[in-house]
Amino acid sequence: MRQEVLLALLAKEPCRGWELRARLNDALGSLGEEMNDGQVYVTLGRLERAGLVWAELESERRDRAERKVYALTAAGQARVGEWLREVSWPKPDVAEFHLKLVAAGAARLADPVAIIDAQRRELLRRLRDAQEAAMEEPVGSRPALLLEGIVLRLQADLRWLEACETAWTPPRQIRNKR
Amino acid sequence: MGAGLVVARELIKFYGHGEGLVRAVDGVDLDVAQGETVAVMGPSGCGKSTLLHLLGGLDRPSSREVWLAGQRIDELSERELARLRRTGVGFVFQGFHLMDELTAVENVELPALLAGRSPRAARNRATKLLEQVGLADRAAHLPSALSGGQRQRVAIGRALVNEPVVVLADEPTGNLDSTATLDVLRLFKQLRAAGQTIVVVTHDERVAATADRLISMRDGAFVDQTRLTGGTGRLGDLAGLEG
Repeated sequence: MRQEVLLALLAKEPCRGWELRARLNDALGSLGEEMNDGQVYVTLGRLERAGLVWAELESERRDRAERKVYALTAAGQARVGEWLREVSWPKPDVAEFHLKLVAAGAARLADPVAIIDAQRRELLRRLRDAQEAAMEEPVGSRPALLLEGIVLRLQADLRWLEACETAWTPPRQIRNKR
Repeated sequence: MGAGLVVARELIKFYGHGEGLVRAVDGVDLDVAQGETVAVMGPSGCGKSTLLHLLGGLDRPSSREVWLAGQRIDELSERELARLRRTGVGFVFQGFHLMDELTAVENVELPALLAGRSPRAARNRATKLLEQVGLADRAAHLPSALSGGQRQRVAIGRALVNEPVVVLADEPTGNLDSTATLDVLRLFKQLRAAGQTIVVVTHDERVAATADRLISMRDGAFVDQTRLTGGTGRLGDLAGLEG
């Protein structure tokens, strides 16, 4: 995850590391448990050194990270603004899988349909995970919305695999042999 | 015959003849264990709905056998089949198939009344089921006053009222949005935990992914079977939270 995410979550008001962590958990639900606390503090340290965040010590106990209150610097504010305006989207690996099928089919190294089946099984297991997690989140919650995004993307991938299977399946009598 | 609760052997269903012969189900063998949830997926026209109808006695095979809880059902008389459909099998359809003029609780209790339960016992059971599907406060509503997801939950309650051997569901989420789909899947999960045997035909990957076993069907035959136990534990990665 990009460090701009933590930076942006600080924009609401200055807060301690554990409060930032709680904001993440509210938004992510059970997925938040997969991030470790260390990751949050390491990122905050980096942001501080980069001058995007400044930290004020709350008490004399300077050794404890929990006593630090983090806030955005002017540079941090500017970076958050840039990040919010940025239009980026992760690239799916569609071409790689497509070329895998083409290569396997051309060289007769492997059965493209078997490759598709294996891929489908893996995506179905991921979909199962996402569904299980979605069922645990309250209806209409932020984490439920995040999980819906994961589910819809997996569904789209599974539908494409179905199209691949139809295209790569040899004529009926060969596959239907029992 | 067989170890399964629901068993099909060399099951065949053809429609029409000559040039117009349709091999809707073309030699299917199936064993569904007690408490198992099996999803059958495939494109429309692959024969999955026909298969479900054969398993539930809604239709008769052209040849060979269907067994339900140790009883061969493809040879039953019409009368016996009608009784089986009422008490042995619970159907859930894509279009809900509720009676428009009956309230939610009346829809749920109807099969119990038809099966000869007393009105009081039927009402008690129906009330309990509506609670279970989260619609206790909608008992007196007509289907027209309910959302699609709520109607489907009423229909699931109705399917359960006579404690069927198996629940057979045909595209149960086909008409539902994602929130209502999740409600139905939650309900199926509850049923599964309670040991209910379920066969669902669907082209919704979300439904398929929650089954114990997934069967792919093409041109009337099974082409692939997958056990879906165990998750990946990599959800954070899918969400883009790692790396």
